Amino acid sequence: MATNPRTNTEIPLVEKPSDLKWIGKSVKRVEDPKYLRGLGKYVADLGFDGMLHAAVVRSPYAHARILSVDTSAAKAMPGVRAVVTGAEAAEIVDPLPDSGPAPEQHVLRVLAVDKVRYVGEGVAVVIADTRYLAEDARDMVLVEYEPLDVIADPLVALADTSNLVHDDLGTNIAYERTFTFGDVEGDFAAADIIVKDKLHWHRCAAQALDNSGAIAIYDAGSGEMTLHTNSISITSFSFGLAASMRVASNKLNMVPHPSGGSFGARFSNWRTAVTAALGAKVTGRPVKYSEDRLDHILNGDQHSSDRYYELELAMTEDGIFKSYRTDVVDDYGAYIYLGVGTHGNAMAQVVGPYRIQSTEYRLRAVLTNKCQQGAYRGFGAEVANWAIERIVDKAARQLDIDPAELRRKNFIQPDQFPYHIPTGNLYDSGDYERVLDHALDEFDYAGMRAEQERMRAEGRNVGIGIVSCQERSVYSATEFWFWFDEPAAEVTSTPEGVKLVVDPMGNLNVTLYSTPFWGNSSDTMAAMLLAEDFDVDPQTIGIDYGGTKGGLPAAGPGGSRLTVMYAGAIRGAAGKIKEKARRIAAEMLEADADDLEWSDGGFQVVGSPSSRAEFADIAMTAHLFATKLPDDLQSGLEATHVYDHPYTTMPSKDRSDLGSFYPCMGHACHLAMVEVDLETGGVEILRYAAVHDAGTMVNPRSLEGQIIGGTAQGVATALLEELVYDDQGQLLSTSFMDFLMPTAMEVPELLIGHEETPSPITEYGIKGGGEAGRMMAPGAMSAAIDDALREYDVHVTDLPATPERILDWVGQKAGS
Amino acid sequence: MSDAPSRRTIELTVNGERHEVEVEPRKLLADVLRQDLGLTGLNLGCSHGVCGSCTVLLDGATARSCILFAVQADGAEITTIEGIAPSNEEMHPIQEAFWEQQGLQCGYCTPGMVLRTVELLRENPDPTREEVREGIASNLCRCTGYQFIVDSVIDAAARLREGEPDGHVRPLIGAEEAGSEDDHANPAPAAHP
Repeated sequence: MATNPRTNTEIPLVEKPSDLKWIGKSVKRVEDPKYLRGLGKYVADLGFDGMLHAAVVRSPYAHARILSVDTSAAKAMPGVRAVVTGAEAAEIVDPLPDSGPAPEQHVLRVLAVDKVRYVGEGVAVVIADTRYLAEDARDMVLVEYEPLDVIADPLVALADTSNLVHDDLGTNIAYERTFTFGDVEGDFAAADIIVKDKLHWHRCAAQALDNSGAIAIYDAGSGEMTLHTNSISITSFSFGLAASMRVASNKLNMVPHPSGGSFGARFSNWRTAVTAALGAKVTGRPVKYSEDRLDHILNGDQHSSDRYYELELAMTEDGIFKSYRTDVVDDYGAYIYLGVGTHGNAMAQVVGPYRIQSTEYRLRAVLTNKCQQGAYRGFGAEVANWAIERIVDKAARQLDIDPAELRRKNFIQPDQFPYHIPTGNLYDSGDYERVLDHALDEFDYAGMRAEQERMRAEGRNVGIGIVSCQERSVYSATEFWFWFDEPAAEVTSTPEGVKLVVDPMGNLNVTLYSTPFWGNSSDTMAAMLLAEDFDVDPQTIGIDYGGTKGGLPAAGPGGSRLTVMYAGAIRGAAGKIKEKARRIAAEMLEADADDLEWSDGGFQVVGSPSSRAEFADIAMTAHLFATKLPDDLQSGLEATHVYDHPYTTMPSKDRSDLGSFYPCMGHACHLAMVEVDLETGGVEILRYAAVHDAGTMVNPRSLEGQIIGGTAQGVATALLEELVYDDQGQLLSTSFMDFLMPTAMEVPELLIGHEETPSPITEYGIKGGGEAGRMMAPGAMSAAIDDALREYDVHVTDLPATPERILDWVGQKAGS
Repeated sequence: MSDAPSRRTIELTVNGERHEVEVEPRKLLADVLRQDLGLTGLNLGCSHGVCGSCTVLLDGATARSCILFAVQADGAEITTIEGIAPSNEEMHPIQEAFWEQQGLQCGYCTPGMVLRTVELLRENPDPTREEVREGIASNLCRCTGYQFIVDSVIDAAARLREGEPDGHVRPLIGAEEAGSEDDHANPAPAAHP
């Protein structure tokens, strides 16, 4: 038993459960056939009688006052049912949900009112019979602008109070604070070596293939708003969205539909929801607003982190890390509606897998004339992973030590778990050296190092990079407010509820309350978890999805929480059903309930397996034979269960300790071998290995799918994808012609391995794994490029490492 | 533009069924298939002809329905993802292989990937992994990182080569038109409206 020293609660070190029937097997996904047949029915596929279509008029300017909006010509166009300006919209709907600091000083509206703050911001919406007609009329909306000086560079904007994105804020810095955890000053003063680094992670975005979409149906009689949406934020926290629409929270029904990918980009999606709701309120008819790619890239509220880092790592002369300083400026764009949560995610694992005893985190969140940030797989923790791995690589080079060995030297050791890092977050379990050794083995590190030298002797620029990274999972609500000394509310709930109903035949149906599907196998996970409890085939489980109306508490997906939370909720509901079934079986068998045990799909008397009631018979009795039930039981066999966050501790008042808020800590080691072509600046991946530890695996093939897909996205972040704004705030990469999504030719074939260090705080020891891959690949690719170009002393400081940037780095070193 | 656009009647044979549809000349084939014929299996990802989510087989060859006007397809035979499976009980071997290998996650690119695989395996029934990667590089997938799609295509190729249990090799959809795919294959991209 290990004891958590601060709460005195004991967290046992656990073994992976050994008697599992379904968990751990790569079963075929239960949801796939309908998608393979083209029957998935995404929200864009849906239609309703009398449905109208919305198109948004967008600003061509990054920063301009709106002098006038003339909609008369547009309103006269064929098929047009309404044209609503930003000012008119502000009379009908309220600002969008905004969990940022001081939202009243940077008000986020569905359409701009007084001035536009980025290219693509909506100024009016046209509602017409078809999208074609709406787009025709959009061109006839006449907007008069007075252009203002553009605020493009966050490093200039943070010091400039003469030109503001939001006048009411009085500054372009939306949030600023320095957090200090432990004796940073002392550790730096005592250090033998201080390594410094300066990095820039450029803007990109998830760009799921399906864009955000919503269909709103407003019932003027009842005041009820039905919202068909592919948002993944269909939760019991949707009262904020209801308020934006000016409908009562119990009269907003968000109906979930599958989304063609998310990776964070379907998180919130308030803008499409309120655009559709606005149209529905004005016209009284169903209104669909489906973003096209241009809508989504320009105005989808989903750009990624855009961070400028200054880092310092303090260590001893033999390479033992002592302290780590982060000073980060993040370019949030024009609004900050999710607050600085992406930095909370960073602080959950800011010291990586290393024994670093103190750390400092200075954050300045700056507003500029760009589209606002949202969520992208990793939610800011992937950027922090890249940052610390960059400086660790720099340290290895400075010490002239193998990067794998420097990491090994500094790992938190298996017997130190559960382990509190300096920020206060808990790492529940891990064995980082085992993952490293597995990865080195999988990659054939020694062999490949020899091969690399052989290739380099031929004049080829071949390099190998390695990273050891954390993957935090299962967030707690404390990360919403620990930023502030006087938060509005110190909330602590991030629940997930399920409803489980057994029919008279003993067949199971589970209702999940957040969202149906966005590529994450939620149906399969739920089916496998139930199969484990009830000894049935996962393909036989019925699954449906509750909307928000009458829904159970649910916080929805995000932060790789859902499989862990479903496991807890399903286990709980299954336990309640089994308790009732046990009592009914006891009655059927004329036995004492305490003498019964569950075995292979039924209850039987311990030691007398022939005296047995099958679950189907118990279910039939529960439904059809009320007189045969124990007196205090009613007919039927159903249960709900709400599972709360498994391990939250409160932040300290002075925020020198943020508490445990992201405790289910996965880990991975990635190795990449690349060749850089100095003629073109292009990078070719020669070999790639990834070994992950996400605790107990539920469906290894699905997890591998997440790892490979996430790694492909990470490689794209490292080499290809960037949202480029020029100094006038014009977005230059507005289509897939310019935003370079990788094809099968650009991504590596992965060698994959797994370790399973179970979580001691979750059912079955599961940890989240949904953001895997993208949290590691950027660092591995950067390190491999460095190594390939070592004689030019290249250190990758900017991602993506485009051919231009690579040739520029090589040129700088060659010229100096 | 002030006058209501003129409409034209076109004839499309979709999944073996003949349709006469009255369309505006500017209406995209993707929208006619999705909105007029209710075939929502194909998806719109980029609307620029880049991602391939809108792929259909047009006279046997893959085509991007998001950058084709429906009038350009007048008289064509079209196969969409809904027309691939032999029945409601049985899936096509390519669909089976994608299921077995988890060659999909969110399913959005899947109709296009499956139809591209039909074409790819018709041209090369026994491809290497590298040939598969090159072959499917026409279509973007944001979820899978492609590796399990490559597994799926290799698996599908084996299933198709082995044929049915009775020894009959199932003909691929569109195979009969393989020799006459010039008329409508890869027409010049139209401007985005």
